[in-house]
Amino acid sequence: MANVLVYAETRGAALRKLALEAVTAARALADASGGGEVHALVAGPSGVGAASEQLGAYGADVVYVVEHAALSNFERESIAATLADRAKQGGYRAVVLGFSTQGRDLGPRLAVKLDAPIASDVTEINVAGDAIVVKHPGYANKVLVTLTLSGSLVVLSVRPGAITAKQAARSARVESIQPAVDPSASRVVVKQVVEGAKGRPDLGEAPVIVAGGRGLKAAENFKLVEELADAFGNAAVGATRAVTDDGWRPHSDQIGQTGRQVSPQLYVAIGISGAIQHLAGMRTSKTIVAINKDKDAPIFKVADYGIVGDVLEVVPALTTAVKAARASH
Amino acid sequence: MGAPAVKIAVCIKRTPDSESRFRIASSGVAIDEAGLKFDIDDFAGYAVEAALQINEKGGGGETVVVAVGPDSVQESLRKAMSMGADRAVQLKVDSVPADGLAVAKALAAELKDGGYDLILFGKHAFDTSAGVVGTATAELLGLPCVTAVSQLDVASGRGSARRELEGAAELVEFPLPAVVTIDEGVARPRYPSLKGIMAAKKKPLESKPAQLGAVRVSVQKAELPPERPAGRIIGEGASAVPELVRLLQSEAKVL
Ligand SMILES: Cc1cc2nc3c(=O)[nH]c(=O)nc-3n(C[C@H](O)[C@H](O)[C@H](O)COP(=O)(O)OP(=O)(O)OC[C@H]3O[C@@H](n4cnc5c(N)ncnc54)[C@H](O)[C@@H]3O)c2cc1C
Repeated sequence: MANVLVYAETRGAALRKLALEAVTAARALADASGGGEVHALVAGPSGVGAASEQLGAYGADVVYVVEHAALSNFERESIAATLADRAKQGGYRAVVLGFSTQGRDLGPRLAVKLDAPIASDVTEINVAGDAIVVKHPGYANKVLVTLTLSGSLVVLSVRPGAITAKQAARSARVESIQPAVDPSASRVVVKQVVEGAKGRPDLGEAPVIVAGGRGLKAAENFKLVEELADAFGNAAVGATRAVTDDGWRPHSDQIGQTGRQVSPQLYVAIGISGAIQHLAGMRTSKTIVAINKDKDAPIFKVADYGIVGDVLEVVPALTTAVKAARASH
Repeated sequence: MGAPAVKIAVCIKRTPDSESRFRIASSGVAIDEAGLKFDIDDFAGYAVEAALQINEKGGGGETVVVAVGPDSVQESLRKAMSMGADRAVQLKVDSVPADGLAVAKALAAELKDGGYDLILFGKHAFDTSAGVVGTATAELLGLPCVTAVSQLDVASGRGSARRELEGAAELVEFPLPAVVTIDEGVARPRYPSLKGIMAAKKKPLESKPAQLGAVRVSVQKAELPPERPAGRIIGEGASAVPELVRLLQSEAKVL
């Protein structure tokens, strides 16, 4: 029997979807390791402990709450130290995180602090005797790799969206703990936060992504993409590198090999050619729609539904139709 | 007087061209490398360029490129020197393990007493896309670490950077020495000039065994993921929109 420690990531004071996915992964791993407990650690400003109930509902037996005013911005050094401290209390088989900006930063730090092997961006976790075996899509999703990790404690970060969060009701015991090091003493000082688009879900979590490419012809036409995203209601907006290079959209919107890797339920590609580096970031989307005037554009090779046509004509029509469809139910 | 000279290490990985069609080697645990084109990984290339620009701006300084890998990485190290890096270190292994922590330990052992002000990495490499080695090396060396940096400046012993987050960014400051992992946006790597290529042949490339320690992550299997079903064009122009909406509702069930 072995317990699993999971980092329950928050944004502001709200749990992220990937935190619940990580808890689900941790629950399954604890169950497969002989029925251990899942211990979640949530960190943030005062009030973040309110997340405990939801963590319990998804399968956490214990929630450690770290509240500190200086944790309102994700503070890596302090959170990594606090997680490592916790993990060193013993009895843990694994520390599970989401493979997000936060998880990318915490995972390697934990691996060093705990001298534990690490696997990143995993889509499946299994127990095989003394080893933990994970699947990880590498080479920009072109090669699926199965990795074996030896060692009594391992660090795993889970690809957002790869594991479906499942309720597994527990009434979690809640315990307040202090940060292991002072979160206001970080060596890296944040001078300014540059906020991205407000009022839209993050690309990593949005069920629908509407993405635009150079086929939109001019920065001002990007509003067609925005309007279609608004029509879906729950959509994030993405872009190709051609578009971020031209400054129509910020780099943080870029999808692809050197941008974000996304896997939404629905990906709508507007005026996007489908270069291999763009496909690398979105080819695992569940359903892909493409609108392009060139019937030979490579995007049509991966599009479940393609429309050959001018985006300036097709997209407004689609926006109207989506609004109507959503209004009718 | 310009900024004080900065000593920079850039840790680079050699990866296959991302446009390649991959096949699995007969071992079943790796890709078949035959016929693939390899080069400095994209993000590591940005890191080399960033280092060169910092030292060109400051005047003086030194840029050292370091790679863990078999002898084939020497070609990438030479390329970085032909771009302008001053010297290179190969930490030799037969093949780069899938254990990022082991690779970080080998790099930390080499960099520990090197007197570097700045140690740069790509934010992750195309092949493993794990993003472990840079941050783990920082942690092993006890240095501050700033990940996914798209703008980087160094002045009077301090660094300032723009760090890309998910849908947002942070402007941060930090003391040197520090480790920084580079995202796109810093600078596109320059092409080596003919003069650079000639000069690189005479620059020092030191090769020594990598001190990996225990390797605890290994590849059990590599396979090609299932292909997406072939795409389908459902129509032309705005008149195809009703059919698309119908399919999104009834077939894909996403509307
Ligand atoms: C190392 C490296 C990394 C890269 N990383 C990324 C990355 O992360 N993400 C990324 O996206 N790219 C990346 N790229 C760039 C990539 O190769 C492509 O250049 C880029 O994706 C093209 O963007 P695009 O589809 O918007 O533009 P284009 O390729 O120019 O395509 C525009 C498309 O719009 C269509 N079109 C034009 N007018 C209309 C119209 N009126 N109506 C309908 N359709 C129209 C055209 O038929 C064409 O297919 C990378 C490249 C390199 C070398």
